[in-house]
Amino acid sequence: MSEILLQGGRVLDPGSKRDGPGDVLIRDGKIAAGKPSKDAVVVKVDGLVVTPGLIDPHVHLREPGQSAKETIATGTAAAVAGGFTSVIAMPNTSPVADGPNTIAWMRQRAKETGVAHVFATGAISLGQKGEALAPIGALRQAGVVAITDDGHCIQSAELMRRALEYAKMFDLPVLDHCEDKSLSAGGVMNEGKWSRILGLPGWPGIAEEVIVARNALLAELTGARVVCQHLSSAGSVRILREARARGVRIDGEASPHHLCLTEELVEGYDTNFKMNPPLRTAADVKAVGEAVADGTIRFLATDHAPHCSYEKEVEFDEAPFGVVGLETALGVYLTELVHGQRMALADVVSKMTNLPSDYFGLGRGTLNEGAPADVTVIDLERKWTVRKEEFRSKSRNTPFEGRELKGRAVFTIVGGELRHDLDGRAPKK
Amino acid sequence: MSAVWHQKDLLSLRELSVDELNQVLATAKVFKEILGRPIKKVPSLQGRTVVNLFVEPSTRTKISFELAAVRLSADVVSLDKDSSSLRKGETLSDTAKNLEALQAGVIVIRHRSAGAAHFLSRRLKASVINAGDGAHEHPTQGLLDTFTIQERLGKLEGVRVLIVGDIIHSRVARSNLWALTKLGAKVTLVGPPTLLPKEFAELGVKVAYDLDQELEQADVINLLRIQHERMVQARLPSVGEYAGLFGLNLDRFKRCKPGVLLMHPGPVHRGVEIASELADGAQSVILDQVTNGLAVRMAVLYLVSGGRGLGES
Repeated sequence: MSEILLQGGRVLDPGSKRDGPGDVLIRDGKIAAGKPSKDAVVVKVDGLVVTPGLIDPHVHLREPGQSAKETIATGTAAAVAGGFTSVIAMPNTSPVADGPNTIAWMRQRAKETGVAHVFATGAISLGQKGEALAPIGALRQAGVVAITDDGHCIQSAELMRRALEYAKMFDLPVLDHCEDKSLSAGGVMNEGKWSRILGLPGWPGIAEEVIVARNALLAELTGARVVCQHLSSAGSVRILREARARGVRIDGEASPHHLCLTEELVEGYDTNFKMNPPLRTAADVKAVGEAVADGTIRFLATDHAPHCSYEKEVEFDEAPFGVVGLETALGVYLTELVHGQRMALADVVSKMTNLPSDYFGLGRGTLNEGAPADVTVIDLERKWTVRKEEFRSKSRNTPFEGRELKGRAVFTIVGGELRHDLDGRAPKK
Repeated sequence: MSAVWHQKDLLSLRELSVDELNQVLATAKVFKEILGRPIKKVPSLQGRTVVNLFVEPSTRTKISFELAAVRLSADVVSLDKDSSSLRKGETLSDTAKNLEALQAGVIVIRHRSAGAAHFLSRRLKASVINAGDGAHEHPTQGLLDTFTIQERLGKLEGVRVLIVGDIIHSRVARSNLWALTKLGAKVTLVGPPTLLPKEFAELGVKVAYDLDQELEQADVINLLRIQHERMVQARLPSVGEYAGLFGLNLDRFKRCKPGVLLMHPGPVHRGVEIASELADGAQSVILDQVTNGLAVRMAVLYLVSGGRGLGES
């Protein structure tokens, strides 16, 4: 029997509306009630916030096939360092996770090498080519929690409709990277004043909005659950809000960079500010933040997208899209949303715990007795500076290098195991 | 004017101050005078190496830079994509490191990607001159156009300049608008909305879609090349329709000011952007632009190499 007692913290469990001083006891990988035994490892967490383990519903672990960028081992190490105990992995691996064998391999690999829980998604279409449906039923049986062609928006409205109809049979969420490729073609940054100055091809907000609108209509038609991933534009948010007000089962994600960074950061052609969708204007940042705060956008998601330095150190238009996020996301959310007075802490934590767990059926995201002992301990006041050399991720492509953040995970416990101890403060067993 | 140039590189005109722009123009004036002498060569860059790295094809800009460097007595090496390892898949980053190892003093780069000159400048101790990066800027073209206007009209302040054509893809338009507006000229961009997005109005210029409404006030008309290779079909129904709406033909020319200057960065599509007779006519300064390009490029090579003292009063 192994026990850990987190003693003297503020226990914040939004799913069970709990917020106050208390202890959290972990026994044999579960949240336990009652008194600790005399052998319990006691970790003092005075002044810290104890929350259910954080969940990131959108990461790229790059395994199989792109292990120079990241592996399940390094990606989950980055996750726990950032306070995440569960991640949902996107299927754009090599090979694409469009069949049960790849899912099974990935889940086995995660069991053997991962230090956080990894939930799989499968592709919507074979090879993420947007032409023919992947074996969605078999993917479901293999354990995927959603289907998505992330990075490759389904261009055919007809195929998207059929995917939603089919997924509805299992009530399986469908996640869509919203990008009308005919409108974004060749675009590498937001279309607007700065793309005109810099002479870079623009990827306009309208290319996202057209697909968000399409998805809202198709979600309404089919009754399927749809998540519009990493929303970046004010127009998308407005469409989402209107559809949700009508009762459509459509949701959205917001990424750390879209909550605080804007297009003019591309000025020096630094490819660490190149992501898809691109950084947009201050008005877009404000609208996305408001939608997160008022619940229009249900999820906070990093879109952790590791790339090797040599891949990013090329001409701006040649560089791959994407930035890492697992190790900076919590700090950014706390700094921008909580300390920035845009949201209450409990609402931010809820979006990272019970909301994604309930939506994707992960069976965690709470500190109730008997729940899996995934726990994150956060120092809200901890000031720190982002230093990419310190990342556990294999990749260094962060847009937050050198940024001062306030708030950080100091302990991360996954299934009762202490996986991250920022200051090495926990007593050894 | 005192010597204000402290830049290692020339990457864009947007990033230059008014004093820096004026210093380049004043220095170019001195070199232009030297180019009029029987002995056109000066020893300013003797012992220095200028590498022309032309990853995107160019004839006139490359020749102009080569000749400018030769006139300054520099050693000149020119590379294009076919003769360099870039063709074999070498990255620009690795090419840059190799040039650094060869101790080149100045790298002149022409590249299809916007930001390529910035990319090199961050990685090299050598001076980097942007000779055109994608649709971003072509600073020496902007400078030579500005120089030509100033030379012909005697001023820039208050001069009304029309820039006509494919603005969205034009690095020439961008460099021109920064130099001209900083130096007090009034710039109007004209073209179809598909080639002239409205956001250009946020850059201190007027955006217009009807050439006929703008002609009469113009002191200078700069007609940009319609770049077939960059034109997506959706942006323009046909070159013929463009010529009808935005080409400078003889009828339109009659309504222009008598002393109007007609400019074109070349190569000219006769009968598309400008009537053939006008390109060769008395108001055309197209060949002055080419000559002045040499003087301006000498000035830029000289200044980024640490040259001082020319063109001061």
